Amino acid sequence: MRLTFVVNGRSRTLDAPPLARLLDILRGPLGLTGTKEGCGEGECGSCTVLLDGIPVNACLVVAGQCDGRTVQTVEGLGRKDGLSFLQEAFVKEGGAQCGICTPGILMAAHALLAANPQPGEGEIRESIAGNICRCTGYQRIVESIRNAAKEQAEHEPG
Amino acid sequence: MALVGRSVPRSDGPAKVTGTARYVDDLTRPGVLLGATLRSPVARGRLVGIRRDPGFDFTGVTVVTAEDVPVNVVALIEEDQPVLASGEVRHTYEPIALVAAESPILLARALRALTPEIEPLPPVLSVADALGRKAQIHGPDNIFATYRIAKGDAAKAIAECAVRLTGTYRTHHQEQLYVEPQGMLAFWDARGAHLVGSLQCPFYVHKGVKRTFSLDDAHVDVTQAVTGGGFGGKEEYPTLLALHALLLSKKSGRPVKMIYDRQEDIEATTKRHPAEVTITSGCDREGNLSAVSIRIVMDGGAYVTLTPVVLSRGALHAAGAYRWEHVAIEAVAVATNTPPNGAFRGFGAPQTIWAIERHMDRIAREISKDPLALREQNLLRVGDTTPTGQFLRESVGVQQCVEEARNASGWDRKRAALGPAAAARPVSAMLRRPAPGGPAPRKARGIGASVFLHGAGFTGSGERTLKGRVAIDMYRLLAEKKPRFTIRTASTDIGQGTETVFRQIAAEALWVSMDRVDFAIPSTATVPDSGPTVASRTVMIVGSIVEHAARDLFARIEQNRQGLGGSFDDAALRLIAREGTVVSEKTYETPPELVWDDATYRGDAYPVFGWGCDIAEVEVDLDTFETTVLGFWAAQDVGKAIHPVMCKGQIEGGTLQAIGWALNEKLVLENGRILNPRMTNYVVPTSLDAPRFTTILVEDPYSKGPGGGAKGIGELPMDGGAPAIAAAIEHATGIVRDDLPLLPEDLFAARKAGS
Repeated sequence: MRLTFVVNGRSRTLDAPPLARLLDILRGPLGLTGTKEGCGEGECGSCTVLLDGIPVNACLVVAGQCDGRTVQTVEGLGRKDGLSFLQEAFVKEGGAQCGICTPGILMAAHALLAANPQPGEGEIRESIAGNICRCTGYQRIVESIRNAAKEQAEHEPG
Repeated sequence: MALVGRSVPRSDGPAKVTGTARYVDDLTRPGVLLGATLRSPVARGRLVGIRRDPGFDFTGVTVVTAEDVPVNVVALIEEDQPVLASGEVRHTYEPIALVAAESPILLARALRALTPEIEPLPPVLSVADALGRKAQIHGPDNIFATYRIAKGDAAKAIAECAVRLTGTYRTHHQEQLYVEPQGMLAFWDARGAHLVGSLQCPFYVHKGVKRTFSLDDAHVDVTQAVTGGGFGGKEEYPTLLALHALLLSKKSGRPVKMIYDRQEDIEATTKRHPAEVTITSGCDREGNLSAVSIRIVMDGGAYVTLTPVVLSRGALHAAGAYRWEHVAIEAVAVATNTPPNGAFRGFGAPQTIWAIERHMDRIAREISKDPLALREQNLLRVGDTTPTGQFLRESVGVQQCVEEARNASGWDRKRAALGPAAAARPVSAMLRRPAPGGPAPRKARGIGASVFLHGAGFTGSGERTLKGRVAIDMYRLLAEKKPRFTIRTASTDIGQGTETVFRQIAAEALWVSMDRVDFAIPSTATVPDSGPTVASRTVMIVGSIVEHAARDLFARIEQNRQGLGGSFDDAALRLIAREGTVVSEKTYETPPELVWDDATYRGDAYPVFGWGCDIAEVEVDLDTFETTVLGFWAAQDVGKAIHPVMCKGQIEGGTLQAIGWALNEKLVLENGRILNPRMTNYVVPTSLDAPRFTTILVEDPYSKGPGGGAKGIGELPMDGGAPAIAAAIEHATGIVRDDLPLLPEDLFAARKAGS
């Protein structure tokens, strides 16, 4: 099928089998290898991207579902002048160790902060409950997201 | 400068948060083929052939069998494991043939068109079968290794004690479950074999490739890709995968990429060794420990891999963090027809620490003593000797760990409020809160503790034999007026932060800013052999070589500056002008006072130990037997935290793996097959399962550690989590579990059995 959708703010058109996984389209023809595959069955959350702003597992979404819609991946997270508050916090606060789950967790956290700029610890934990991290014990990830929320509130009030 | 002790931003962080870090599956080469593995469906049998479906067109498909393997062994401790099975198949999922093709669809079809023809043989599926010699599958007695450690006369001393107790404690398999599955990219050119992969130990792979293909050092190049976690799972296994990818590449004449999917990764790669530990102890009625006798049996699986070393480390930690006058330890590992077990963070110690810590709780119960007080009165101190006769010279921070964890957790208050073990309390006292207008939620709270140690660095004479090396290059970039430095080491960053910490150590010793110090990608073609990234040795051992290499270089520059004047940079540039790239290479020097005898297992088993005290507070639902970890306090003696945030990250991550081992993870084997090889049914903790950690860094410095006394801490946090959780469950419910895991069904079964 002919697939037209917006990826990281840019309109893309390509031919793809309707049942091709969004994950394979991103990593293959679009060259966006920041989105990772950890299990291929929607358990680990490493391939989390935003589809119209909502976190989804790109291994469970097929091309046919994406036509005319908007996808955001980790490559679309940064600001013009550098890292986003979230990305910055993950580098500073120990939110990223091996880094393989990091893109997916950043996308889940990005969606959380867009909807709820000042989440509590429970809300933060809930928002990344679909993302497995085997390195950190999650504590530094929670701290990173909390700090990003704080930074964001200070720099972009209202 | 004070870089050491500061939590600087991790240097590989920006690439990881922007998606530009390149893991092996993000790499490709022109003309690359995909590779896959044909595996045994049975646990044991005689391989008589591989049937090719006559209806399938094999055009464009490369098939490799044992006949294509030049030297069909995986060079590890022993050479018992073939690269591809020929003759006898020894475990389910054992590799039998390899296929490569251009597209995933053709690859999958080609794999289905091959069928191994195997005449089944009776398998050995349990330790009891192995020891009972149900079949002979390894040597004359199915035994991989045996170790004995003796101090004093344990049997005699136990017989003289007022309180004698015996218990048997079992632990189960555990899957590393790094989130990035194993993967390797291989190709050949005029310079020989090339590999880029997800791995911990480039020189292990290097050694294996040299052996199987009869190549010399210069014709094998192994490079680490950014690696998505390892935890020991990428210590020895990547050698086998590298050989597979290289075989396919050699036969096809094309680059070959092999990436396991999750199911294949769980089925085929190594796990933590299951263990059974029987402990008999003797003490007086006040709980002063005297003597202990310990027998350990580990299940090694089908091939030796690293089993003897895992068993040895298990034995060396089996007596725990306590003073015993008399110790007798016997440790045995056996062969079974199950997938080979291998390295996993902790490396045998979590199994034996589980046993000794559960046993300490048994003693506390028997003499009605506070379990933490019992531990505290028997802690090893500076000046004591361990079971191998090792005299503890320094850096025994365990007393402080206990105090910090006790205070931070509110142990005394909570134990007093909740009372002694729950079994002694009426059910009404176990209720957490009255229910508003309905039946009370039947939930019980408890708090439990563990105390533990972990030897940092290789065991015994390992470091002396290995002679790890590190180099630091000093050079000048054309556009720059200052020297730059590059650390070359085989120590890999697999997430734990090697790159950042080494840059901190080197920059501090060189008195330069961190942005002038780079970390070379570990590649066997360009870095010296610093040894493997294992055994909690990276920061303490290799980090100290980095520090010494940097200090040597600093001294040379300083000497030049004092002779010829000018600034540090002027002197450095003068040296560069004279020599080109200035190289400071250093070899590890084992402290001369460390003595070890492999024949008698006496002496300094480790240069130094890390110490810890974990306290867990849990709530158990008395209807569903689900356990919620309400709080977790980890106080661990790390010597010196070079990067406190990453150090805490190690402790929290390792502890959660231990909690998962206890509360969530259960590998189910039936006839040598894994019934739950997926993340859907092999469950690891999520952010909602994880407790909030209170992590306390205790710093009792080790005089030979880098950065002012750092000790190895990679594995330490894996040791204490499970027994602390079990103790807390026992306190909450009265259910005494001597065996892992502690899933709801396990607790339910124990309660039904009347524990």
